[in-house]
Amino acid sequence: MIAVALAQINTRLGDVQANLEKHLTGIESAHKAGASLVVFPELSLTGYQLQDLTPTVARKAVADDPIFKPLLDASRKLDILLGFVESDDRHRFFNSAAYLSQGEFVHVHRKVYLPTYGMFDEGRFFAWGDHIRAFDTRFGRFGTLICEDFWHASPPYLLWLDGADVLLFMSASPGRGLDSEATLESARWVENVNQAYASLFTAFVANVCRVGFEDGLGFWGGSTVFDPHGELVVRGPHHEESLTLAELDLEQLQRARARLPLLRDERTALVYRELSRILGTDQLGTRRDGE
Amino acid sequence: MTASEVKLEINTGLARKILTGFIRSETTRAGFERAVVGLSGGVDSALACILAAEALGPQNVLAVRMPYATSAPDSFDHAGLIMQQTGVQAQTISVSAAVDTLLAEVPEQEQIRRGNVMARVRMIVLYDQSAEFGGLVIGTGNKTEILLGYTTQYGDAASAINPLGDLYKTQLRQLARAMGVPEVILAKASTADLWVGQTDEGELGFTYEEVDRLLYLLVDRRRSPEACVEAGFERRFVERVVELVRRNHFKRVMPPIAKLSNRTVGYDFLYLRDWGT
Repeated sequence: MIAVALAQINTRLGDVQANLEKHLTGIESAHKAGASLVVFPELSLTGYQLQDLTPTVARKAVADDPIFKPLLDASRKLDILLGFVESDDRHRFFNSAAYLSQGEFVHVHRKVYLPTYGMFDEGRFFAWGDHIRAFDTRFGRFGTLICEDFWHASPPYLLWLDGADVLLFMSASPGRGLDSEATLESARWVENVNQAYASLFTAFVANVCRVGFEDGLGFWGGSTVFDPHGELVVRGPHHEESLTLAELDLEQLQRARARLPLLRDERTALVYRELSRILGTDQLGTRRDGE
Repeated sequence: MTASEVKLEINTGLARKILTGFIRSETTRAGFERAVVGLSGGVDSALACILAAEALGPQNVLAVRMPYATSAPDSFDHAGLIMQQTGVQAQTISVSAAVDTLLAEVPEQEQIRRGNVMARVRMIVLYDQSAEFGGLVIGTGNKTEILLGYTTQYGDAASAINPLGDLYKTQLRQLARAMGVPEVILAKASTADLWVGQTDEGELGFTYEEVDRLLYLLVDRRRSPEACVEAGFERRFVERVVELVRRNHFKRVMPPIAKLSNRTVGYDFLYLRDWGT
């Protein structure tokens, strides 16, 4: 059993110090509430629409960084997943997520799909991540993705094949699509895909979405956890900050997969063979990363 | 989707929650706790006032009536109803003397220019009251009028923040009804009240009901003009609306700056207004 706290916070745009303090407060509250893992939203240390602020808030994921140091200290009490702008040694900036535990960086994920269309402009300011890896934690093998990453079916699929039984998603998705329903269309879309992944992968899927406004864009929150049966475990409130607790009973994985052995029956060799055919030599040159 | 199948119903409770949150957030982050709203007696400004009062508390909202000599007496009374109902701070400042003084300098003006002068003098009053009261000017322009360009640039279109600009007029009316705008205001014909007998629908030549459904298909659903004709809208109507939207785009964007340097405001000096807050 893991007690996970979904910290759907608002952020101050470009004010890393203020956001750090909010994280430390949230971590302390999550600890007091009995959580052993707290998850923050996408770009939780910086705010979302950074534009020309991107280079000024970027930092390396290193232990002596003055922002990460107190967070690493706090991770001795409970594990932490948060969002930040990462700079590499050559000054490329990534929209990244860091998983901290026992005073160490356990994993850093760099967003691989940067939405650059409509109201989104991430590809203009960020470099594209190019790894999708599951990672081992003291609770089991996890995977993490950032917002647009999970709108593509392949990243969650790859994490599943790489052994992740708990998928931790983080988002900063602007709310849109007001109609006669009680929630925004965008909130319904995101819940649908989260529920679908939980069902298809018989895995836990948590998504933490931020709240608050940046100019006219409002973020709706409504963080969720779905269990390996595809059932909703918790849902945070919409349009309000909250720390929502969820109990993840990992034994459910065994029960769900006994009932529905999708993982056992997954034909990875067939996938590999067909992907090799589909992405044959003619196609390779057109791919963005040229891999 | 055919013309008659377009549904513009909104969940008013959700709209209320988002818009009051927006007003609270964007006012306080700009360093203010208060707001100023010009009340015309119509439904748009009535709703803006009610939303602002709910978001910031009525004592933190100043509603200003700005009648001109030819304004309809109903407009004045209906604005008064909203002042009473919300309990906001109230102010009445006539724009007759200021407008007449200006117009006397350049007589024989056509109606539209006279109307624009009135709208811009009202903007001056609101921004002056904004300084006096220490509150942000709340915009009252809706999505329909913004798209059609049925506004006076730097007049009624001027504001610090606009909670209503993504609601079509017919959607705005739903929210206004749900938030208690009196029936007498909801029922009357919309008007800028810049000259006697003016109505929006009379001047535009079509109803909000019709044009909102067309704009929804064109803008929100990204349908081509041709597809809108196929959906059942009259071709001439579609062409006229498409042209209004295009021609008035200048009112929706900041004036273009001629680029000379390596870093220019608007092109490659990019920050949100909420920068640092």
